[in-house]
Amino acid sequence: MTAAIPHQASPEAVTKDAYADLTALSFRVREHIIKMATDGGCFIGASLSCADIVTYLYSKVLSIDPSRLQDPNRDYFLLSKGHDVPAVYGTLAELGYFPKERLANHLKPEDSMYWHPNRKIPGVEFHSGSLGHLLSVSIGIAMDIKMRGGKNKVYVVLGDGECDEGSIWEGLLVAHAHGLDNLVAIVDRNEFQANIRTEELIPLEPLDQKFAAFGWNVRVCDGHDFASLEKAFTGLPGQEGKPSMIIARTVRGKGLPSIEKRADRWFVNFKAEEIQALLKELHGDEKAQLTSEVLIVR
Amino acid sequence: MTTQATVPAATPATPPPGYEATLRALAEKDERVVVMTAENRAAIRSLPPLLGRRFIDVGICEQTMIGVAAGLSLRGRRPVCHALATFLTLRAFEFVRDDLGIPKLPAVLVGGVPGFLSDANGPTHQAIDDVALMRTIPNVRVFCATDERELAEALPLMVNDDHPWYARHIAMPPAFEHTAKVEIGKAEVVTDGDEIGILSYGLTARECYGATKALQAKGHSVRFVNVRSLKPIDEQAVLETVTKCKVTFTVEDHLLTGGLFSIVAELCARKGKAPKRLVPFALEERWFLPTLLKDVLEHEGFNAAKLTERITAALSS
Repeated sequence: MTAAIPHQASPEAVTKDAYADLTALSFRVREHIIKMATDGGCFIGASLSCADIVTYLYSKVLSIDPSRLQDPNRDYFLLSKGHDVPAVYGTLAELGYFPKERLANHLKPEDSMYWHPNRKIPGVEFHSGSLGHLLSVSIGIAMDIKMRGGKNKVYVVLGDGECDEGSIWEGLLVAHAHGLDNLVAIVDRNEFQANIRTEELIPLEPLDQKFAAFGWNVRVCDGHDFASLEKAFTGLPGQEGKPSMIIARTVRGKGLPSIEKRADRWFVNFKAEEIQALLKELHGDEKAQLTSEVLIVR
Repeated sequence: MTTQATVPAATPATPPPGYEATLRALAEKDERVVVMTAENRAAIRSLPPLLGRRFIDVGICEQTMIGVAAGLSLRGRRPVCHALATFLTLRAFEFVRDDLGIPKLPAVLVGGVPGFLSDANGPTHQAIDDVALMRTIPNVRVFCATDERELAEALPLMVNDDHPWYARHIAMPPAFEHTAKVEIGKAEVVTDGDEIGILSYGLTARECYGATKALQAKGHSVRFVNVRSLKPIDEQAVLETVTKCKVTFTVEDHLLTGGLFSIVAELCARKGKAPKRLVPFALEERWFLPTLLKDVLEHEGFNAAKLTERITAALSS
């Protein structure tokens, strides 16, 4: 699918219309996320912040499709910040990995779609939930691809709050030491961890300089702008022998002004009428009037 | 590390390969095998130049080693991972649980200097809870050899099994002649009897063999079982011991909590088979005295002579 975007094209040369399909897809994925935020709820804020990254990767970058789930030459996508899984499930459903109707089974006992990724769901390469795990799992996959002389890549999405975990920094050291230029990590830099802004709790900045100091090739982009994402993901690895880090600047709750950048809208279980109002808000209507109690889960 | 075997085994004409040679042979004939370490090469020093990219040293990053092993295993490899037993089972515990246990990915984790073998390192290095930790994880299996040959014999079984495994490493020559080949879920009944039952594994089983000989010399009938496969456990061998023998001793360089004594007690309760009498020799709510191994065994009462005394005393109490 990489061929869908000419690698030589500069973002400036591409009109916004070139992303019309992607924009429409990301709207549909956001609708799925919103619908998953009721009857038990979901981690809606972070799911919305990474929605464009996930839809962009699956549409334009990853060499993978529903017919090649076991192909050893496929690209791998892993979600290390597992609580964003509604964005992945929404994307997978839209792209035909499983029927869209199955999303209605979210949290239902008769199915197996819970608050974190389940690798029994078609398209999910590995489960996650506990933060700081999948960078190292991705390293193992990338090492094996290298051992076998494969050309495929491994993409792993990390949270910015997840970068508090020591295992992330271990992984950064190890991936660099082993020259894994087939590994691409993406930080969903929405500037929030569960209950608080990252910079108010454990400051991460200058994050780009930290990753660069660990020997990674670092790019920074706007995680909601497909032209910016295209530029960031074009021509990887930026340097042979170095793993790549994309810091995607995002907004938690992106698409719903009523919950954007709000620390108390991390995990929410909305009422059915609020869901309807939020779906309208997503498409430009006035802000939804939200009265649901906010549930903070640590 | 000195051998504390009370009774040395006769040396065969051509000794079977040790752990490192067995691992090398396995890796040479099976390209799935990847040897990993978190910068602990004591048991695998000759392998880096022989295995090339299939030797992976991640540095002092135990949790990353396990995550990487999961990624490799996901791609069809069979990682064999080395680190000191404490760091492997404690520092990396959640990675073993989440990344190997939940998906049931095949891998072999070999813990160095487990139990008393950490001798003078001190409590931070004392893996006396490793069996408890590893066996509590669904899908993870546990093997504890009494000597290097037994470990080497178990290695291909573990590598070719579809479960993740934890094994205690041991580099000692046999302390007794084995009566049964290694099988998953099978214990080795070294001597049979009906008065004293001894259930043990690993380092302490070596000393139990010496104690068995001493007790037999005093006229006691001793059933000594080298349990070796802690999970899955040989239920029949254990239940037969505790129901046949007047007193059964579980002997282990492990905390009382979660180790062999717990396994046996749980099994008896679950099967409704009451032991005639069950006495644990283990570490109760404490770490052991850090000193050289021979002094650890003496001080903690786990060498053959002390075990003989303690068992004899327990018989009359």
